[in-house]
Amino acid sequence: MSYVPHTEADRAEMLSAIGVERVEDLFDDVPAACRFPELNLPEPLSEMEIMAELQALSEENLDLGHFTSFLGAGSYQHYVPRIVDHVISRSEFYTAYTPYQPEISQGTLQSIFEYQSMVCALTGMEVANASHYDGATSTAEAVIMTLNVGRGKRKKVILSPAVHPEYRAVVRTYTQGMGLEIVGDDGPLPTSGQGPTAGIDDLTALLDKDTACLIVQSPNFFGEIEDLEGLAETVHAVKAMLVVVADPISLGLLKPPGDYGADIVVGEGHALGNGLNFGGPYLGFFACREKDVRKSAGRLVGQTVDTEGRRGFVLTLSTREQHIRRERTTSNICTNQALCALATAVHLAALGKRGLRQLAELCYHKAHYAAERIARLDGYKVIAGKPFFKEFVVRCPAAVKEINDYLLYEWGIIGGYDLGRAYPHLDNHMLVCVTEVISREEIDALADALAEAGKEVAS
Amino acid sequence: MKADFGVRCAGAEPIIYELSKPGRMASTLPALDVPQAELPPAAMLRDEVDLPEVDELSLVRHYVRLSQLNWAIDIGYYPLGSCTMKYNPKVNESAARLPGFALTHPYQDPHTVQGNLMLMFELQEMLKEIAGFAGVSLQPSAGAHGELTGVLLMRAYHVDRGDTKRNRIIVPDSAHGTNPATTNMAGLEVVEVPSDERGNVDLDALRTVCGETVCGLMLTNPNTLGLFEEQLPEILDLIHGCGGLVYGDGANLNAIMGIVKPGELGFDVMHFNLHKTFSTPHGGGGPGSGPVGVSEALAPFLPGPIVELCHCAEAGCDCGYEDIDDIDVDSELYYHLVMPEKSIGRVKSFYGNFGVLVRAYTYIRTLGAVGLRTASEMAVLNANYLKSRVKDVFPISHDRIHMHEFVAKGIIPDAPDVHALDIAKRLIDYGFHPPTNYFPLIVPEALMIEPTETENKETLDAFADALRAIRDEALTDPEVLHEAPHTAPVRRLDEVRAARQPILRWQPE
Repeated sequence: MSYVPHTEADRAEMLSAIGVERVEDLFDDVPAACRFPELNLPEPLSEMEIMAELQALSEENLDLGHFTSFLGAGSYQHYVPRIVDHVISRSEFYTAYTPYQPEISQGTLQSIFEYQSMVCALTGMEVANASHYDGATSTAEAVIMTLNVGRGKRKKVILSPAVHPEYRAVVRTYTQGMGLEIVGDDGPLPTSGQGPTAGIDDLTALLDKDTACLIVQSPNFFGEIEDLEGLAETVHAVKAMLVVVADPISLGLLKPPGDYGADIVVGEGHALGNGLNFGGPYLGFFACREKDVRKSAGRLVGQTVDTEGRRGFVLTLSTREQHIRRERTTSNICTNQALCALATAVHLAALGKRGLRQLAELCYHKAHYAAERIARLDGYKVIAGKPFFKEFVVRCPAAVKEINDYLLYEWGIIGGYDLGRAYPHLDNHMLVCVTEVISREEIDALADALAEAGKEVAS
Repeated sequence: MKADFGVRCAGAEPIIYELSKPGRMASTLPALDVPQAELPPAAMLRDEVDLPEVDELSLVRHYVRLSQLNWAIDIGYYPLGSCTMKYNPKVNESAARLPGFALTHPYQDPHTVQGNLMLMFELQEMLKEIAGFAGVSLQPSAGAHGELTGVLLMRAYHVDRGDTKRNRIIVPDSAHGTNPATTNMAGLEVVEVPSDERGNVDLDALRTVCGETVCGLMLTNPNTLGLFEEQLPEILDLIHGCGGLVYGDGANLNAIMGIVKPGELGFDVMHFNLHKTFSTPHGGGGPGSGPVGVSEALAPFLPGPIVELCHCAEAGCDCGYEDIDDIDVDSELYYHLVMPEKSIGRVKSFYGNFGVLVRAYTYIRTLGAVGLRTASEMAVLNANYLKSRVKDVFPISHDRIHMHEFVAKGIIPDAPDVHALDIAKRLIDYGFHPPTNYFPLIVPEALMIEPTETENKETLDAFADALRAIRDEALTDPEVLHEAPHTAPVRRLDEVRAARQPILRWQPE
């Protein structure tokens, strides 16, 4: 099965029109020694067989349809309204290409324009692009944009250690050929007491005239809401830029970074409309100031008119892009995550302004209820030096791995993220995430399970 | 045949904000079942988010109407050169939505997601086999992302050997714009080489730029003219001879599955476009997936983590999982996420666009070796057949056997005011998506046509007939071309105005 419609007669007729005898004759330019190799692949399967096999394979996983999970750390389980999958399953959307022919791509273009508008509203910024691959790559693109704004002369990047560890890793991968000095997350970190990480003051102390940007995350990787009031002024005093990594759902409740002077706001948008999918496809949102837009990467959709004066939408400011500028551009971006951005826009529109606020508050209150229950347990301590949103840090009486194994195999609960994986000094610390999909009963069960695990595992 | 856009779309669709009315909502949330906690200080809170407020039916109609303003593979022919707009099988969509896959979290213990990891491992293995490579990373999210990965890999390989002076990447003038852009992004310098009169890389020009500062060559093969490089062994020898590496842009892999393995030819690294060759949907511009394959020498540098089948101890896994019932402990081999030894690092968070990987895996398992080769053969047959039908209407860039695509010149000597753009826009009125135009840059008035294997002969014939009819119109009534499209939801759009006075978001009047 190759989804090929040709009959034998078609093939013969077509070969004859081309003027060759056999299909093989079309490949004479391929070096003969390597031509037509054997491919050692599994035998082809019918649709029925492959679906049965995949069904079985997928059931080898323990999935969150069957297990309550308190994992977050950059990938979040939220309820996605059914309308989202219905919209993105319309093949007019999902079997279209990048909208290079605007006259017959208005559906994609307008939906991206609407997505951009909603991201601007969420972040409090003036411009949002059509999206990047994920939160990590939009953070890396933000860093590169600040280098462009600094005309390549500023080589220092200050990264908060409370930015998602994988985002920081991707920033380093992307910029490894650029000769940058990346600081802020490389020193020792305080263990506990006030909170799990260094304060913002430790970062601002690193600012100098060589600094291109300072990057913070709020709520940070530990779930804490950073107090960023006044930070932009400090950063701007040395003509550097402030990049804020944000959780879009938290922005239903929290002051948007645009309001406190951020120059670029990025983040992971998958929680809106896109589900878990084992980490992808996700989408990175990216928003900036209008004055800087020509230094930014990524697709942008703009409004214009057609020859009859009717409103329409096009890809615009594309002179920034690779297919026009080639080696003079600083980003090779071709596509965005259009279908993921569509899903995000549909979810946001379904929620509306009241729904998003309500959703954010559900997460907030449930997380606080969980923290309060866990704080009362013997051997456990909630480490929160600052207000938190939907995640918080718990110091456990034993290795998180052992506690989690107990939770899973005795209680059927998938516990929180083991912070020791990314922060060796936070061994025995668990990052617990609670969203609206978790019920009070499930939180109570978690508390009971943790109490039992504390006794069983630690003893 | 004429498109019926005009009939289906009586008027423009309002922007979602224009449908908004305070108090409406299209979703429901559960009631709060825990005590309210104290909110953070008011200074940290916002008033309200300016999101649209609509009811569910209005929301559904809005997006259904928007969808009807799009062209798509499932509506009709989409011969967009270099984009491989083949049919996106529906079974792949169902596979990716299986809850056992879709509802898994990337930070679950690897022992609880062995199904996912096995699928990724098998996909790595199958891609290695198809393209002849020793290692594959599934992490990159798109072709351009795979390219960046590939260039960083080449750079890392040289730097690891202490060979730090290799800062130049050679790029043919027929290359996709991403190649030079990627090079710049990696902090390297672009050296462009011209093509010869047969559409191949100009060997003499290549020879003059080879030297000890060459990091590598980025080569699309078949190239963007749809031609297989006739002197490929010589090109590879030249680059390898000066110590450089050869990067294959896998954008055009659809021509050569089961025909030739790039790794066996001597390519050191190549990215795959799962959203082209392996039929995963383009989604209106993503999500894609751009895994990277490499030779033995480059494998330690791959971005990770990648999936390996090994004993827990080898993977540094501290599980001690003898006591778990539902995992097969007899083999003692488990799938693990492992960071390659000298990895360039992560290129994205987590492990790749997993949902896209499931679709590609399903496709490969459905086709098998024979099916993949048939797909490539028929893609090439279709391109050459269509070319045979088009070549007496519009001149073809090069008179050779083509691979999966060819480039026509939208030039009509007796209608000099008619350009490729006019022909492209007029095709819309005939019910076809236009070919890629004005690329590759080295062909004047380029119309780059890639039929793909999933289109039947009748469609190709109708498309060729449309091109002929349009050519005839150009001679008798060129205005109808200049003003095309006539039947689309909108007429030609003012792109200059969009760029000069950017309106990038909706704002109330």
